[in-house]
Amino acid sequence: MTVILSQLFTGVSIGAVLLLIALGLALTFGQMNVINMAHGEFIMAGAYTTYVLQGVITDAGLSLLVALPVAFFVSGAMGVALEALLIRRLYARPLDTLLVTWGVSLMLQQLARDLFGAPNVQTRAPELLTGNVTVIDSDGGVDLVLANNRLFILALAVLAVAALTVLLRATPLGRRVRAVVQNRDLAAVSGIPTARVDRTTFFIGSGLAGVAGVALTLLGPIGPTMGTNVIIDAFLVVVAGGIGQLKGSVIVAFVLGVLQSTLEYTTTVSVARVLVFVAIVAFLQWRPQGLFTLRTRSLA
Amino acid sequence: MFTKHRRRLAACAAAITAVVALSSCGARTDDATAPGAGVSADTSGDTVKVGLLNSLSGTMAISEVTVRDSITLAIEEINAAGGVLGKQIEPISEDGASDWPTFAEKAEKLIQEDRVAAVFGCWTSASRKAVLPVFEENDSLLFYPVQYEGLEQSPNIFYTGATTNQQIVPALDYLKSQGTESLYLVGSDYVFPRTANNIIKAYAEANGMEILGEDYAPLGSTEFSTIVNKVKASQADAVFNTLNGDSNVAFFKEYTSAGLTAEAMPVLSVSIAEEEVGSIGAQYLAGQLTAWNYYQTTPGAANEAFVEAYRARYGADKPTSDPMEAAYTSVYLWKAMVEAAGSFDVTAVRDAADGITFEAPEGTVTVDGATQHVYKTARIGRIGADGVITEVWNSGEPIKPDPFLEGYDWASGLS
Repeated sequence: MTVILSQLFTGVSIGAVLLLIALGLALTFGQMNVINMAHGEFIMAGAYTTYVLQGVITDAGLSLLVALPVAFFVSGAMGVALEALLIRRLYARPLDTLLVTWGVSLMLQQLARDLFGAPNVQTRAPELLTGNVTVIDSDGGVDLVLANNRLFILALAVLAVAALTVLLRATPLGRRVRAVVQNRDLAAVSGIPTARVDRTTFFIGSGLAGVAGVALTLLGPIGPTMGTNVIIDAFLVVVAGGIGQLKGSVIVAFVLGVLQSTLEYTTTVSVARVLVFVAIVAFLQWRPQGLFTLRTRSLA
Repeated sequence: MFTKHRRRLAACAAAITAVVALSSCGARTDDATAPGAGVSADTSGDTVKVGLLNSLSGTMAISEVTVRDSITLAIEEINAAGGVLGKQIEPISEDGASDWPTFAEKAEKLIQEDRVAAVFGCWTSASRKAVLPVFEENDSLLFYPVQYEGLEQSPNIFYTGATTNQQIVPALDYLKSQGTESLYLVGSDYVFPRTANNIIKAYAEANGMEILGEDYAPLGSTEFSTIVNKVKASQADAVFNTLNGDSNVAFFKEYTSAGLTAEAMPVLSVSIAEEEVGSIGAQYLAGQLTAWNYYQTTPGAANEAFVEAYRARYGADKPTSDPMEAAYTSVYLWKAMVEAAGSFDVTAVRDAADGITFEAPEGTVTVDGATQHVYKTARIGRIGADGVITEVWNSGEPIKPDPFLEGYDWASGLS
């Protein structure tokens, strides 16, 4: 029983990581139709920001808290720069954004290698997050132990989704974003400054990648290629969730997390990975549009 | 605007093509003067050329650059002391770029174009397997400095790293002597961990040890929560870790946050040396075990001199590790073989190899002529909270290499 609960928690925590890395992408890819291959490198930028801040602020807990907003801003600023310099010219050519941003992602990886060196670096986790909470203490059997860093990431993911939902549903900016997504031309003639909305959306989406980067420092190495390791998973979540649909991403992230952890436990890691891919392919055959679809009045 | 750009691009492309064409013409005329396959080393001048073949770029560069550096250090020392047979050694360094076909290409270039007397390098078994036919066809020599899965022997390779009976088997003996009755195997999903784990399973069966689980993660994988859950649920006495690279960071972070400790369930790793301890983070590794033939802290005057020379050459914060030491030693072994043979000729060097010894930083190493591996002392180390690895056990004397594990009844079905 505790094994099941423990694996369930593992699945949920994998889901939380997936959600964090996919959330920003759901905004830029889903809502704006921009295939940003450099999204993984924005995650990397968030992770390196945490690393740099830890060199300045010695207290691990404080530096992590400072890193969250700073990484959001750093990655967000990189996103805005990318949007203003390149993507703005390519809104009508989504396939070209793929190639261009892929080039940018390679350049950013090399930049990271030059700045921080090729070997991976890592951060010190605050004392509080290296421990764990024992929920069920079965004598001699398997305990249900929840790792604090996983709980923290789960909380962070929930918080990010809540903040994004509020932003999109309850603020003037959110209304404008949704208007632009549903019908860009109509929004423009209604007086909505679409270029500025695009830029803000890109800032938020890229900033969320930075937050994901901070979370990833608690789990593994920080290196120039860490972005490429997560970008495929992020795209899977967004595509299977239904492009432009946040709730789809949320559901798919957790379903994939639990599926992955269950399959890993019963088979092996490599087999589980293959089965998850097969499941996604089968699902997309059945529902090519993803879990949810955006209903739009746009004729395009 | 566009046409102007395009015209400029075309001009650039034409220029590049012309340069490439010209330079390849030049290379071709050089080739014409050089003899074909089976060339012998060029020792006509005051120098003798040797090849350095390491990944200086790509995923393996982190590890292999340090090996190249220690080979270079050995060559500089030998040159300062008068060279080999009165000739200065001239190193020619090539980048294998973590790409196995490139390794084979560069090996061919070193042998046929540069006419080197020997080549030092390679790290992964994949790169070694790629260059092996090149060295055999040209009857040239490779000195390979990294521990590997064994079950191989070529007259054209000298193996100066450990084979399994000098690292993995002693590690298992050590765990057994500590009362370990059950093991959990965690490794990266490729040839070395799978071969190593087959050996471990055969050993366990013969020695009454129980294998409670075996899990592989794709190379580079950083998601270990389920594997750690399984390891924890198994309640094994110890974990045998054959993970490589990045994955170790994620694995040990997950291991620590799941509440597992070196006291409760020690992890013995065979691919984590001083260099890797730094990048994983000592706080996650404190108390864990490693198996090698050399540590930076290995006592002895030879090692003190090696560590000091390495630091003086490359920086006071640079650690020395087992593969670096084996690479350094391999240059000195080659020198001793050449001097014993009185010639750079490959056949003469090979014939003179048996019994050649060198007072290496790890202690005395001796070449076994029959297998072309070396006698090495096995050492188990414990990683301290400060990242320094200290020896907790050693085999007392150098162990005779046994790449095919012929000396062990339980290993009869493996090769």
